[in-house]
Amino acid sequence: MMKQSLLSVRGIAIAIMLLLLALLPVYSHATGNIFALTLFTRILIYALAAASLNLIMGFGGMMSFGHAAYLGIGGYAVGILAHEGIASGFVQWPVAIAVSALFALVIGALSLRTRGVYFIMITLAFAQMAYYIAAGMARYGGDDGLTIYKRSDFAGLINLSDKVQFYYLCFVLLLAAIYLIYRIVNSRFGMVVQGARSNEKRMQAIGFPTYRYQLTCFVIAGTLCGIAGALLANNTDFVSPAIMYWTRSGDLMVMVILGGMGSLFGPVFGAIVLLVLEELLSQFTEYWQIILGPMLLLIVLFARGGIDGMLGRRTHD
Amino acid sequence: MTDALLQVKNLSKRFGGIVATDDLSLDVRQGELHALIGPNGAGKTTLITQLTGQLTPDSGAVLFAGEDISSLPAYQRSQLGLARSFQITSLFLDMTALDNVALAVQAHAGHSFRFWAPARGEAELRDPARAALARVGLGERMNVRAAAMSHGEHRLIEIAMALAAKPRLLLLDEPMAGLGPEESARMVTLLRELKRDYAVLLVEHDMEAVFALADRITVLVYGRAIATGAPDAIRANEDVKRAYLGEQKAVTRHG
Amino acid sequence: MLLFIEQLLNGLQFGLLLFLLAAGLTLVFGIMDMVNLAHGSLYMMGAYFAATFAAWTGSFIGGALLALGATFLLGIALEFIALRHLYGRDHLDHVLATFGLILFFNELVRLVWGPGGLSLPLPAWLTFPVQILPGVYYSAYRLSIIVVSLLVAGFLYVLVMRTRIGMLIRAGASNREMIGALGINIKLLFMLVFGLGAALAALAGLMQAPILTVQIGMGENILILAFVIIVIGGIGSIRGAFIAAVLVGLIDTLGRSFLPDLLRTILSSTAASTAAPAISSMLIYLLMAVVLVVRPEGLFPASRR
Repeated sequence: MMKQSLLSVRGIAIAIMLLLLALLPVYSHATGNIFALTLFTRILIYALAAASLNLIMGFGGMMSFGHAAYLGIGGYAVGILAHEGIASGFVQWPVAIAVSALFALVIGALSLRTRGVYFIMITLAFAQMAYYIAAGMARYGGDDGLTIYKRSDFAGLINLSDKVQFYYLCFVLLLAAIYLIYRIVNSRFGMVVQGARSNEKRMQAIGFPTYRYQLTCFVIAGTLCGIAGALLANNTDFVSPAIMYWTRSGDLMVMVILGGMGSLFGPVFGAIVLLVLEELLSQFTEYWQIILGPMLLLIVLFARGGIDGMLGRRTHD
Repeated sequence: MTDALLQVKNLSKRFGGIVATDDLSLDVRQGELHALIGPNGAGKTTLITQLTGQLTPDSGAVLFAGEDISSLPAYQRSQLGLARSFQITSLFLDMTALDNVALAVQAHAGHSFRFWAPARGEAELRDPARAALARVGLGERMNVRAAAMSHGEHRLIEIAMALAAKPRLLLLDEPMAGLGPEESARMVTLLRELKRDYAVLLVEHDMEAVFALADRITVLVYGRAIATGAPDAIRANEDVKRAYLGEQKAVTRHG
Repeated sequence: MLLFIEQLLNGLQFGLLLFLLAAGLTLVFGIMDMVNLAHGSLYMMGAYFAATFAAWTGSFIGGALLALGATFLLGIALEFIALRHLYGRDHLDHVLATFGLILFFNELVRLVWGPGGLSLPLPAWLTFPVQILPGVYYSAYRLSIIVVSLLVAGFLYVLVMRTRIGMLIRAGASNREMIGALGINIKLLFMLVFGLGAALAALAGLMQAPILTVQIGMGENILILAFVIIVIGGIGSIRGAFIAAVLVGLIDTLGRSFLPDLLRTILSSTAASTAAPAISSMLIYLLMAVVLVVRPEGLFPASRR
């Protein structure tokens, strides 16, 4: 009984959130509040990135501290191709996806040899390498970054320069990613990945070569985040090494943990809360991080399971 | 020779100065329950981990159904039909009992690169898992999370997982460890049923159970097999009495 | 050749400085099993304290001593208020909570000292060059950093290997339950170790301050380097941290000073001058990746927990 009613509180919260997100452009159009639309486009993109991180971190137990690297890789794929005069999204996006997947494959193959804190640190190290590579590309702006003068062109299929169309593209991609993750984690593959999070030695003892499953999962997550990177570059018309900096990976982790690890919609809650809070606090005081910092600490200390946990989801422990 | 399912030939393993397994040879025949006994630190669990492939021996060979499996990794041995239960309970605690056993089934149902169909809806995985849980007497409890179950139930899930792996040989590492008298009696009944269908290598401290169940017994002391034989022969063996049974009795008398 | 010797010494100096930071981090990590990202903030606070107190007292040494004491107390307060509640938690919780602390300290500094950054002037009696070999001169200040760091490293060695506290620390790094079994006041031990780590971080920060500027975020890049070091060295191992720190310091410094010239032989000069800093920054992460791939638990894994 109890569990049932809590579950429905959670269900209602998710439904309301999705409804509000779906109607936001209508609100923005009616009131002329462009700012809300811009903010929430960014939120959707970060939610996509956080959802991809949640796949490996929350479901797979792989604590990657270098996930922002894929944001950069997806972004630079778009930026560099645009800079070289190739504006077609049908080229840019497959390249963004392919390069992210390849990077994740290499990084994952090496990193998954380690465990625990060593894994956290080696993924961080690889992301920092990607950061410095970007900073060293003189042709593409180096440290200063690269301005994208024309958004990805999808031959009239969808116009990314139209704020509303772009918003809905992000929204649909986010929902598609969450649905994909939902299917994956409940499939045989997902059972193996979650089993390895729970008790890896035992998984090997009962006959699973866990490494190749974890690596596959790592590549899927990296690829999804690469798509978020391509979106982000289009959204800001700009890409710079800063989107790969380690604090950005930290932000993504915060979103996942804030929302609730291993919860399907948790990363969306996490992205909304973190970015809206950032926005609100920065209006309230210039020194908003002085409030946000201790809040993170308090959340860790007192609100385990994140927002989705508070909504009544049972966490695995 | 031909009916030996598992053959261990001159296995040796040392950790620094300690000899954990010392030129050990034994075999388990089809349809046999072979018990492995010995005082603490005799190297019983070390032997099991070498059989399953988690630990690599320094020398010697392990043959399974006539095939040399010494250099196969753990998961491949498991797929050949070598199933192990753990001395220390090692389950997926955040999953239900059924999920635990279904994973063991899944390990032997081809590769798991299937990303779309919900695994919890697949009869191919769930039915054998339900059957294995029913066989160990946990049919009613299969949807309870493992973390919420008792130690005795964990031991039974361990056995169910071993059964679900379509084993030809069960390696049971102290299935009675930490069980109360009633639970132990239940486990003995279960093992007696199981030995009709599977070859079993049983590591156990509970002497009463061992002598009641075993077809043959091997006594391990400091990594070496000092005797192998039928329970009566072992009971009568002077070396065994001196090295092990006497000491054991003395201990239980004090305890 | 002269340049090479100078850069070698610079690398050594930077490596030793990194060791001071890494030593505290690896102690806290090894003993409390605690990932403390805010360690870099303590490094920053040490530098800010030193700059402030030095201006106040008019003496570099006076400022440095006051800053060490202040950061030690800050570290203890931090442990008492926040971090001790996180022992035994998941590493991920540590990462998140101490990530929050970084944000807090950065803003606190912005609020108190302003966004501009400070400078800590070199003491006049350390501004002259010293002749270390016939014809080879080297900055007295950098030389004194090397000396001080080596003294501290020696002190740490004696503390960890020769004293009762050190025995507890070592016991704790390999087997946490054991200290409890010995009936030691673990809370106090942890608090002191944390304070010691904070003071070491402050020492690194305030010694680096006259060479670079004192600014917000100064602790973050160097924190990542310190983490790289303890991972290369093996978590919990002071010896590993020392060797890895010197290695990283040398590779970083030599890479930065000689890579541009090396690259210029194969690339155009403009391409080389932008690529070189990026590549030399990468070298360290490359080193770490190689070490972890070959030895997944670092060069000197502390005895298994």
